[in-house]
Amino acid sequence: MDIYRAHVLVCGGTGCSSSGSATLIELFEQKIEEYGLAKEVKVIRTGCFGLCEAGPVVIIYPDGTFYSRVKPENVEEIVSEHLLKGRKVEHLVYTDHATKEQNAEKALEDINFYKHQKRIALRNCGVIDPENIDEYLAMDGYRALEKALTTMTREQVIDEVLKSGLRGRGGAGFPTGMKWKFAYNSVNDQKYVACNADEGDPGAFMDRSILEGDPHSVIEAMAIAGYAIGASEGYIYVRAEYPIAVKRLQVAIKQAEEYGLLGDNIFETGFNFHLFIRLGAGAFVCGEETALMHSIEGKRGEPTTRPPFPAVKGLFEKPTMLNNVETYANVAQIILHGADWYNAIGTEKSKGTKVFALGGKINNTGLVEVPMGTTLRTVIFDVGGGCPNGKKFKAVQTGGPSGGCLPEALLDTPVDYENLIAAGSMMGSGGMIVMDEDNCMVDIARFYMDFIVDESCGKCTPCRVGTKRMLEILTRIVEGKGEEGDIEKLEELAQTIKNTALCGLGQTAANPVLSTLRFFRDEYEAHIKEKRCPAHHCKNLLQYVITDKCKGCTACARVCPAGAITGEIKQQHSIDPKKCLKCGACMEKCRFGAIIKK
Amino acid sequence: MDDERTKFAELEKLIAEHKDQKGALMPVLQGAQGIFGCVSEDVQKAIAEGLGVTLAEVYGVATFYAQFSLHPKGKYLISVCLGTACYVKGSQSILDKLSQVLDIPVGGTTPDGKFTLEATRCLGACGLAPVMMINGQVYGRLTPDAIPAIIDKYKNDDGEVA
Ligand SMILES: Cc1cc2nc3c(=O)[nH]c(=O)nc-3n(C[C@H](O)[C@H](O)[C@H](O)COP(=O)(O)O)c2cc1C
Ligand code: SF4
Ligand code: SF4
Ligand code: SF4
Ligand code: FES
Ligand code: FES
Repeated sequence: MDIYRAHVLVCGGTGCSSSGSATLIELFEQKIEEYGLAKEVKVIRTGCFGLCEAGPVVIIYPDGTFYSRVKPENVEEIVSEHLLKGRKVEHLVYTDHATKEQNAEKALEDINFYKHQKRIALRNCGVIDPENIDEYLAMDGYRALEKALTTMTREQVIDEVLKSGLRGRGGAGFPTGMKWKFAYNSVNDQKYVACNADEGDPGAFMDRSILEGDPHSVIEAMAIAGYAIGASEGYIYVRAEYPIAVKRLQVAIKQAEEYGLLGDNIFETGFNFHLFIRLGAGAFVCGEETALMHSIEGKRGEPTTRPPFPAVKGLFEKPTMLNNVETYANVAQIILHGADWYNAIGTEKSKGTKVFALGGKINNTGLVEVPMGTTLRTVIFDVGGGCPNGKKFKAVQTGGPSGGCLPEALLDTPVDYENLIAAGSMMGSGGMIVMDEDNCMVDIARFYMDFIVDESCGKCTPCRVGTKRMLEILTRIVEGKGEEGDIEKLEELAQTIKNTALCGLGQTAANPVLSTLRFFRDEYEAHIKEKRCPAHHCKNLLQYVITDKCKGCTACARVCPAGAITGEIKQQHSIDPKKCLKCGACMEKCRFGAIIKK
Repeated sequence: MDDERTKFAELEKLIAEHKDQKGALMPVLQGAQGIFGCVSEDVQKAIAEGLGVTLAEVYGVATFYAQFSLHPKGKYLISVCLGTACYVKGSQSILDKLSQVLDIPVGGTTPDGKFTLEATRCLGACGLAPVMMINGQVYGRLTPDAIPAIIDKYKNDDGEVA
């Protein structure tokens, strides 16, 4: 292999690709060539670094300089200054929102965003080129598979996973080793392992980033699982909306086959393992295990009752073991470093780390991986940098459409499976959405219910009809037509659906409503009784008003699509509430902050 | 017409490739959606015959999944993200603005067949929220103000827009 003096790592994750990182890669290669550095400097396209907010992100090694929001016109400067003359381009170096510190003299690990993290599942994301198996191999890749196949019995592998305390990262938190044991115990001529990469939580992208940044970690783990339970075939069910992840998986599977790490007689041990990709087609319910298997079989993705459990009768009627992407991403490290290394991290009942997709009203939008037991406050304020624009934090949503919203008072909750449930939410797959004072909690509840109504497969009545009824009531409330007794009706419907729905989608559908009712009941009451939206979000319950800060510049009157604004030039303007469409265009336009919502 | 014929020839090839595979219907429907841009009744019939399953089964699967559309979509497919991260950052107002500028409801197609407006869930670019995608090109950190200029770019262009 060639030895390079410096490496330019350009993020090729979805976030940065969307803001043009592919162009940056081309330009870097071109400029490096032009400056005669092609033999000394190598450009690598990696997966997501985690700090997507700062994208497109470029990191230069060996010094670890972190450049953020890099534009095509900055490339030449980085090449001619940093790479040629060794002088950092200060104005492009990442600035920490919270501390206003630049990291010019700091190592990457010392940036607040990374300091509190421990990256196991994300160990290679943003570090290696996911389309080059040699780079994965250089990071101890496939050594865990070799160790399992050549030095461990199938029972020992299962024991190790069991002892590690690893639990399912797809949401339910079921002990992974136990699941493997059930499938191992099933006797059949054909068994399957499967990987759930259907990532349904809207606003979460942990699994996608792992597949995009380190696909081999999942492939290797599936092969280990196949050996342990006695399966020679595996299926990965990926959302079709993830084209980059699908492509990288295809490339990775092909390379693993070429290296003999997938296929027949792996490591000369007589173990055969073949892997196939199946694409989802845009149905949230297909994340549920029985629905997912029906979908792979080419049928409608409707859930069916359990038992029979998939470990007994799953895919194509054969015993099947399904794990989530992130669950798999931990396995090779556990086999390599041992169960005791892993179970020393985390809390009593939740071992290891958890990846979260931080989003919404937070400075450092992106992916973080922290030890179980880290408090919500640390994740949101230390790692995430808090809410932007000096706004006040209101709530954090965890667990997606099955989870709940937690208020400020619960920010010191250590994050693990049990604590989040006790607090009134749940871990879910790892979406973490932050809301500030401008977000209306009733509207957020309505948003999730709208999602559920959209995604309910309609097979059972409580879920199909009940969630629609709840959505009608919530819509009525945010439109200012809420009635006395609506809250009680919501609570009643929630209980019925929870107790009688067939699958997890219905059983948890009311959680966002129940948790907002628990912690933000006053907002519901203000909507219903006072016809007021405390967050000034709900259109029917607010008015745009011009204050005496108005300088009479007429900008607002010119953008108003309804002609609702009148006033003399250089005089205070006013809005006719009867004409106003509440589009907000005027408020966006006013440079003097004279227009407010009331 | 010739165009149709090549497309059906392509479909036939696709069916032959997958025919013996377990669970072939999904990949074939996905391929067909790619070839035709939708899975009309004729396409469903061809698939049913090719795979030896009933039309009812094909229809049942095609209507279950959001990815398959029974009617053709516009030349430019605009998908506005209504995932949670985008929603809390105001993507509803982006969608409303597009609906107003294009004068079509969400899910609708303009009469000239140029634009289809859709709402979608998380595009995975939450760091750029609020986000929309036009035929694979992602636009992030949007404000309602920025919408008309972006749409004009596509309106005035008869060829491909980069
Ligand atoms: C409605 C519904 C949606 C789900 N969506 C997902 C998903 O997107 N990804 C996932 O890994 N698990 C999802 N699950 C959980 C899976 O059914 C299953 O428990 C999980 O994939 C098992 O893997 P694990 O034990 O490694 O977590 C969902 C469950 C339900 C009820
Ligand atoms: S609970 Fe809802 S999603 Fe689940 S089977 Fe019933 S209708 Fe379908
Ligand atoms: S834009 Fe602001 S300052 Fe100008 S007229 Fe309107 S309210 Fe007054
Ligand atoms: S909110 Fe819209 S309609 Fe109302 S005054 Fe402002 S610009 Fe005009
Ligand atoms: S996609 Fe580039 S940092 Fe996340
Ligand atoms: S929620 Fe819109 S891109 Fe993720």
